[in-house]
Amino acid sequence: MASAVSVGALPILRNGGAGAKAKLALVDSLLAEQEVRPCAVLTLRWLARYAGVERALCTAVDLESGRLQGLIGMGLSVAAVDSFSLDLTDRTHPLVVAQAGGEPVAFHDSGHALPRPFETPLGDTSFHAIPLSKAEEDTGPGLLLVSGADDGPVSEDVVWAAELLGVRLAALSYRRFQVDERRHKRERSWLFSIIDAVTDPILLTDADGRILIANTGAETLLTSGEEKREGWRRAVALNNMLFSASIFTNATESGPTRRELLLVDPSEGRDLLFEVLSAPVNVRLGETGVVSVLRNVTDLRRATEEIEENYRRLRIAEAATRAERDRLDLILNSVLDPILVTDPAGNIVRMNPPAERMFTFPRGKRDAEVERRVQANDAVFTSFVSNLYAGQSLRWRGELSLLDPQTGATVPVEAISGKVLSRHGEETAVVTILHDLTEAVEKAQLYEQVKRHSEELKERVREATAELAEQNELLRRQAFQLEQASAMKSQFLANVSHELRTPLNAIMGYTHLMLEGVSGDLTRGQHDKLSRLDANARHLLAVINDLLDIARIESGKMPIQVERVLLSELIDEVMTEVEPLIAGTRLAVSRRLPPELPEIRTDRQKIKQIVLNLLSNALKFTPEGEVSIRLDHDRATGEIAIAVSDTGIGIAEENQKTIFEAFEQANSSYARRQSGTGLGLSICRRLASILDGRITLTSRLGEGSTFTLFLPEGPSQS
Amino acid sequence: MSDAEVELAPLVLVVDDVDHGREIFAEYLEFRGFRVSTACDGLEALEKAFELLPDIILMDLSLPGIDGWEATRRLKDDDRTRAIPVIALTAHALASAHERAWKAGCDAVVTKPCLPKDLEQEVRRHLQARPSKEAHGEP
Repeated sequence: MASAVSVGALPILRNGGAGAKAKLALVDSLLAEQEVRPCAVLTLRWLARYAGVERALCTAVDLESGRLQGLIGMGLSVAAVDSFSLDLTDRTHPLVVAQAGGEPVAFHDSGHALPRPFETPLGDTSFHAIPLSKAEEDTGPGLLLVSGADDGPVSEDVVWAAELLGVRLAALSYRRFQVDERRHKRERSWLFSIIDAVTDPILLTDADGRILIANTGAETLLTSGEEKREGWRRAVALNNMLFSASIFTNATESGPTRRELLLVDPSEGRDLLFEVLSAPVNVRLGETGVVSVLRNVTDLRRATEEIEENYRRLRIAEAATRAERDRLDLILNSVLDPILVTDPAGNIVRMNPPAERMFTFPRGKRDAEVERRVQANDAVFTSFVSNLYAGQSLRWRGELSLLDPQTGATVPVEAISGKVLSRHGEETAVVTILHDLTEAVEKAQLYEQVKRHSEELKERVREATAELAEQNELLRRQAFQLEQASAMKSQFLANVSHELRTPLNAIMGYTHLMLEGVSGDLTRGQHDKLSRLDANARHLLAVINDLLDIARIESGKMPIQVERVLLSELIDEVMTEVEPLIAGTRLAVSRRLPPELPEIRTDRQKIKQIVLNLLSNALKFTPEGEVSIRLDHDRATGEIAIAVSDTGIGIAEENQKTIFEAFEQANSSYARRQSGTGLGLSICRRLASILDGRITLTSRLGEGSTFTLFLPEGPSQS
Repeated sequence: MSDAEVELAPLVLVVDDVDHGREIFAEYLEFRGFRVSTACDGLEALEKAFELLPDIILMDLSLPGIDGWEATRRLKDDDRTRAIPVIALTAHALASAHERAWKAGCDAVVTKPCLPKDLEQEVRRHLQARPSKEAHGEP
């Protein structure tokens, strides 16, 4: 057990065991030595030689670690020396106390209780601890431990040597301190230059968040002087607050951290986004600070946002493009004409289904023929489109001859290509639309055919017209000749009539004169004979008149005078005229008229002639019985029927067809007893015809006949 | 048959180039009490008409030289003879001949053959219708 004993002050050169010469030699050798360890070695050697020290340990204060470290030992193992290390802040340790005391302290196991037990590097508990400096100095450069405290107080030579070593070590230490200080200053300025050179703000803060070190970038953000604007100062205050809060939030975390921090640019006032990298560091003994590096990521964030925005826009644009493309597809696919889009290299990049039909192989089975046609089409198309790429024009039009891949039929198409230019005028694509001309060609051919036929027709018409003209001319000539002939015939008839009438006039006239007694009285026989002559002359006149009528009708020279005719009146007149005829018979004559008879437009005289003729015939050819005249009006057809019926001799069926021909009388033997020219019915039928009417006959031989005159309400032509 | 106190019977000018034509009507009309003068052609007819100023003229149309149509036209163009009725007496039966007669100014057209009795009736009808002279009684 060792206990500390105070020893008196140590003069530099005190008389002791060692001679002055020995002391001087130590002083010289120590002064000659510039390093701490050799000085300590020299001192321990000197102590062993001149002060009889057997074991000793020289320790020195390490300012950096604040500990007392073993420096060199004598009579000790190297490990024991190296392992000696004492914390100077442990103020309760006897050796720390001794080091601070400045006086030698004796430790021995004489019964003094030590406040605290400790290991001595010297191996026993009895030793002296001599500080290497004077007591008044704050901290000596070291402590010398020397064995042998039991032998009495420490020798003066030991104290002197320790003091000398202390002085020398202090001197060496001071010089080294100065060198270190200079070096530290230099390095410190380098360090500041380095961190100032870094544009990112760099800060060292203590545990309370106070700024210990800040580079220029950090100062700009977090410090301000009085000379700065108010806005600047406020911004700095705000930044400090934000930064402190940020540090505080992360204070509990150990190890490097990374976070984002939004600060204000004091000079411009805009927001700055920083990424803060923090790492804890030892600031000083037992105190931890934080180093923070702030990286300005504002631009990065902005760039990121821009990229995101651009990406978003791109997606919208993509969607719009897709929709546009879908719509375009719909449009393209709905077009029946083939449409192709080619890129500037001439490759087909888009086709609608009609185009696919012409320019792609059908899926499924391969057909060499089909493929050949498709390739042929492709070649034709490529050649066509190259026209456009080669030239400057924006459009190109042409007619191509393609093949139907399936049938091999030639398909004439009209192709129209157009360059699609970008906003900057670059050619981006060529769009080609093909229009099937088959129909047009067919139409054209058809048109040609029609035209040819039309021409032929025209030619024929021309020929026909010429022929017609010729015929017309011929007809005209013939008509002229006919007219002449007709005129000659009429003239002939007129002449015949005239030439017949003139002698007939003489015959009838003289007969008349004689019968009238102009030439004197006649005998009964003469009178009878003249009467026969008269009757025959009259008959001849009737024949001539009838012939003339027929001739006039046939030559179309029968004049027709259309007027309004009231049939009931006309019938009255006829009846009056035939009254003498009726009187000479014993026939019952009746007439029946409907209550309402329309007026008709016709030739009154001709109707009267017909009716008179029919009625006369009926009276003449009916020996007994009755004769009737009946009128009917068919409202549906507007036809008027005048029927004359008798109960006379009738007409045999075989004669009914010829009865209307000239000079025919059915019963010749009977007719011979009756006057008549045999021309009456012929004239009646002809007259009825020119009045748009007709006469029909129903008859039975021996039972009677009915002649019916049908007339329209008005003639179709006047 | 006629005496001085009795007014002269109407004078009929019968124009016809055919002898029997003239003779029949002239004889019958004389027989019936008319005074009768005759002419054989148009020229003679005009001369007699202007000279005699007959009460009525029976004019055959087909005449040598001046025909009946022309003669009638001239008569109707002359103030002296305009009022004298002209009855065309013709064997022409066609309407065209009759039409021409009407146009020439004839007052009536009678087709031959014509019974002398019928002709007398026609003559009397015209004489009675004539406003300038008194109707003549039956001779």
